[in-house]
Amino acid sequence: MVTEAFAVFAKDIRLELRSRHALNAILMFSVVSLTVVSFSVGQAELSSRLLGSLYWVIMFFSAVAGLSLVFIREEEAGTALILRLRADPAAILLGKLLFNLLLFSIVTVVVTTLFFLLTDASAEGLALFLLIVALGVISLCAATTLVAAIIARASSKGALFAVLSFPILILPLMMLVAASESALAGGAFAEISEPIQGLFAYSVVMITASFMLFRFVWLD
Amino acid sequence: MQLSAEKLGKRFGQRKVFKDISFSLQQGESLAVTGPNGSGKTTLLLTLIGLLRPSHGMRFFKENDSPLTEQGIRRRISLVAPYLSLYDYLSGEENLTFFATLGGLSLTGKESDRILEQVGLAGRGCDLFRTYSSGMKQRLKYAVALMQRPGFLFLDEPTSNLDDDGKQIVRKVIEELREHTILVIATNEQGEYELATKRCQLGN
Repeated sequence: MVTEAFAVFAKDIRLELRSRHALNAILMFSVVSLTVVSFSVGQAELSSRLLGSLYWVIMFFSAVAGLSLVFIREEEAGTALILRLRADPAAILLGKLLFNLLLFSIVTVVVTTLFFLLTDASAEGLALFLLIVALGVISLCAATTLVAAIIARASSKGALFAVLSFPILILPLMMLVAASESALAGGAFAEISEPIQGLFAYSVVMITASFMLFRFVWLD
Repeated sequence: MQLSAEKLGKRFGQRKVFKDISFSLQQGESLAVTGPNGSGKTTLLLTLIGLLRPSHGMRFFKENDSPLTEQGIRRRISLVAPYLSLYDYLSGEENLTFFATLGGLSLTGKESDRILEQVGLAGRGCDLFRTYSSGMKQRLKYAVALMQRPGFLFLDEPTSNLDDDGKQIVRKVIEELREHTILVIATNEQGEYELATKRCQLGN
């Protein structure tokens, strides 16, 4: 299963390097929205709560803009059929999840760097903030990868992806905003341990549920 | 090896596509599924393969009288069809290697060259699939299907998009595999359904 999953992962990386559809879509959206936010805020001093919220709003819409492409691309290119025929569903999910994690991590590095450059966010609690960001990437990818598989065969995929993702992501987003606020304000680890535990548990539950449900979503 | 269907039926909503299809094929036997356009040939093939859930009835894949596991079925089945696509942004050779890995095979460069030569694509393995003509794409689908040494080979319109040379290759492949494989062909070409030992006419 692991060999098959890595074959799917490697194939998706190769396709992305040659077409750059998903990376371009997410990077364009995130960089443009971050730039617009920084221009509209101007010199105004923002609270750490507002900064944390803005950061995760951009991250949420970036995820919605591109993470569904991993399954939509298979359906639109007509390759989903042979993949269903040949590969273990669990291997496909693992391969796609790893690919989304890699893709979103690249986007996150760019967005986070620009975020600290373009806003007056304090780098005082940077280590804690990066830990929250890493957990955020995992939880967003865990949830959106399964939703992407669900919407890939539907019409008006883009709108449906956002509509279905939002209720699933609202809980981790609330935890991410709360934890980011404390981290950006220079808070200690003890202050954010609760949302960090929550995000970790959420990711474990979402990944487990995804592996249990994916077979039915993918094959039916 | 054995493929059997018992009272297989499929409907989409209120529309009945086919019903009560029953047959049993042993190794070396083949079935031609014929019928007018829209009679459900492709739907029957996809239902047999397991890509569509039957509305009624069941189908079984057996090897040495034991039912095959899901993974066993995946590794023993191959499908060639016009609606089946390979990856546009992978080369012919990369497509072969990818599907070989999924099938638990490790393909060396020499082996993939030999398979490509077998389907008339020698020297084109490094070209992207998207640059292939429709006939070449069909040939590569045969290469992917055959490298598995399938126990059950499903062909939907097997010679569509192929030139005379390609058709010749397909006939040769069918003749070579006939003894060791269960073959199901969906077609309306007389020359193709005459290759099969049994026939299932849909749309009556």
